[in-house]
Amino acid sequence: MTAQAGDTAPDQVARLLALVPYLLAHGEVRLDDAAAHFGTDADQIERDLRLLFMTGVSPGLPGDLIEVDLEALEGDRIIRVDNADYLARPVRFSPAEATSLVVALRTMVEAAPSEAREVIARTLTKLEEAAGQDGEGLLRLHVAPTRLETSAVVPVLESALAHGHQVEITYHVPSRDQESRRVVDPRGLARVEDLVYLDAWCHTAQGDRAFRVDRILAATELDTPVADPGARARDLTGGWFTDAETTTVTLRLAPQARWVVEYYDVTDQRPGPDGTVDVDLEVASEQWIQSLLLRLAPHATILSPPHYARAFTDSARAALRLYEGDHVDS
Amino acid sequence: MAQPRAERLMNLHILLLGAKRFIGKDAIRDAIYPEHPRGAAGDEAFERAFERDKDALRQIGAVIEVGSADAFFDDEIGYRIPTEQTSLPEIRFESDEAAVLGLAAQVWQQATLAKATGRALAKLKGQGVEIDPTRLEVVAPAITADEPAFEPLWDAVGKRRQVTFPYQRASETQPTTRKVQPWGLARSSGRWYVVGFDVDRGAERVFRLSRIVGPVRASGKSGAYEVPAGTDVRAVARRLSPSYPSVRAEIRVRQGTGVGLRRRAESVTALDDAPGWDLVVVEGPVHEISDEVLTNGADAVVDGPQSLREDVVARLRAVAASAVPAEEAR
Repeated sequence: MTAQAGDTAPDQVARLLALVPYLLAHGEVRLDDAAAHFGTDADQIERDLRLLFMTGVSPGLPGDLIEVDLEALEGDRIIRVDNADYLARPVRFSPAEATSLVVALRTMVEAAPSEAREVIARTLTKLEEAAGQDGEGLLRLHVAPTRLETSAVVPVLESALAHGHQVEITYHVPSRDQESRRVVDPRGLARVEDLVYLDAWCHTAQGDRAFRVDRILAATELDTPVADPGARARDLTGGWFTDAETTTVTLRLAPQARWVVEYYDVTDQRPGPDGTVDVDLEVASEQWIQSLLLRLAPHATILSPPHYARAFTDSARAALRLYEGDHVDS
Repeated sequence: MAQPRAERLMNLHILLLGAKRFIGKDAIRDAIYPEHPRGAAGDEAFERAFERDKDALRQIGAVIEVGSADAFFDDEIGYRIPTEQTSLPEIRFESDEAAVLGLAAQVWQQATLAKATGRALAKLKGQGVEIDPTRLEVVAPAITADEPAFEPLWDAVGKRRQVTFPYQRASETQPTTRKVQPWGLARSSGRWYVVGFDVDRGAERVFRLSRIVGPVRASGKSGAYEVPAGTDVRAVARRLSPSYPSVRAEIRVRQGTGVGLRRRAESVTALDDAPGWDLVVVEGPVHEISDEVLTNGADAVVDGPQSLREDVVARLRAVAASAVPAEEAR
């Protein structure tokens, strides 16, 4: 919470109304200690105190103004505040403040490993009580975090990017259904539609690669600096799905499978019969599209190419035999 | 410069805080707003500034009571800020709980929510709470809100103001203007939704923020409507991403395959009676596990529970039975 361009008058007043109770409770506080406690810099506290110096019970009457010992502040960098007892307690949470803090904690509870859940829940209960139980005092905001949002991988990647360090990642390659370990020079994270990608130079493959962050199973920041710290992230929004040889596959999607249109890079779509939609996809791996179709079963079919369609039906039949065959108890 | 307004806000807060009687508007004007002379222009400027300042103090958390300033005639409106209602209740946190609070500060990647969380934490620091997130080895989820519609909608939720926005439904070619009383916001599967009352349709509706294709405009007074009691955006979010009751599933997975299933597995054990196969135990909603199993085609077989087995078999049968529509016209 350091001073920024967006620092408004209400921001400053909010800060002061939190700072004064702390100062009054301690009598005398070193400027640097106060700054450390509030996670801000001494300059900002000093600026805020100079404002406080101008305010008081009856503006215009010197005797009743809040007293800030400016000599001690400038000389020994010690804060002494007097004549402000009516500001001894912080202002209660506004609905927006209570909501943002409480919902942050609720989101943490959902995401936390089981061993940390208890302490978060305990903290949450205290805050919910202070905010006034459900509804009253809280605005309606709810977050069901995705796996990516709670990923332990993203902070590691961000830290490595900030330090210009290499990262070792374990990556899940769905088209081969394998895990691979590689060392990469990270260049940037980019959001394309609903997915986040890591753009990097891959030392293992000796080439530029983009990794879907939700498929990075683990990441470790290394001490080694990246080979080319000036390298900039590529524009990830176009072109980079097309570096492999691809086949145009046409799918017919029932409404239940329509999300595919938004999730994958569909090159064309046309309305089909009975509320279906026909879409074209550029596909680099037949295995990948077969897996996707099985996941969508039975709400998607392959219109072309025909041998993909036959392969799909065959693989469904092969899977079915596992249940109908006598080697599986049922 | 923000300085004079911050000073004025402080003085207004101090003047009203703990006042035994309601302080009349005229008295407030004399004490805090001497820069606005009496007369039409000055009156209007004062009213505007006073409204804005009250709003700012409320956003900071102050509870401003409105009542009659005169004991005998109730024609003059007065204001006061009752100390008890406006003060933060004393909350004590254990040191591990204080560490949780520090992590909560890292959750919001959206400026307004991050700022509100920071303010709430500053108030706790004002009570003397020592916050040190490094004590806890937990990764805080990172929640973004990149949609431009988020900020104005969140503001409107807090103020209960009606909004209009152009909305593009996936099934329609042109956006339509929607008039909505927003009740709350929810995030599910990485997407933000606003829940509210669609004024033109006279019914509850859910809108996806990424489909709001133009500016969100608030109109009319604050507090223009009540959110129906019992409105639970969490329930709406759950409807958006239905999470069915969890089952504990036992799945046979061919060795060297099924990374997705293995990733979420509670246990993986090699099967003595079926060489080359592992028994993988996972927990989750039926439809999710069913998707995951199907993705693996003939490399994964459900042993139990029966409900999951039936689901997978039914979906495979539907595919296997369907005629191959390969030669169908496009």
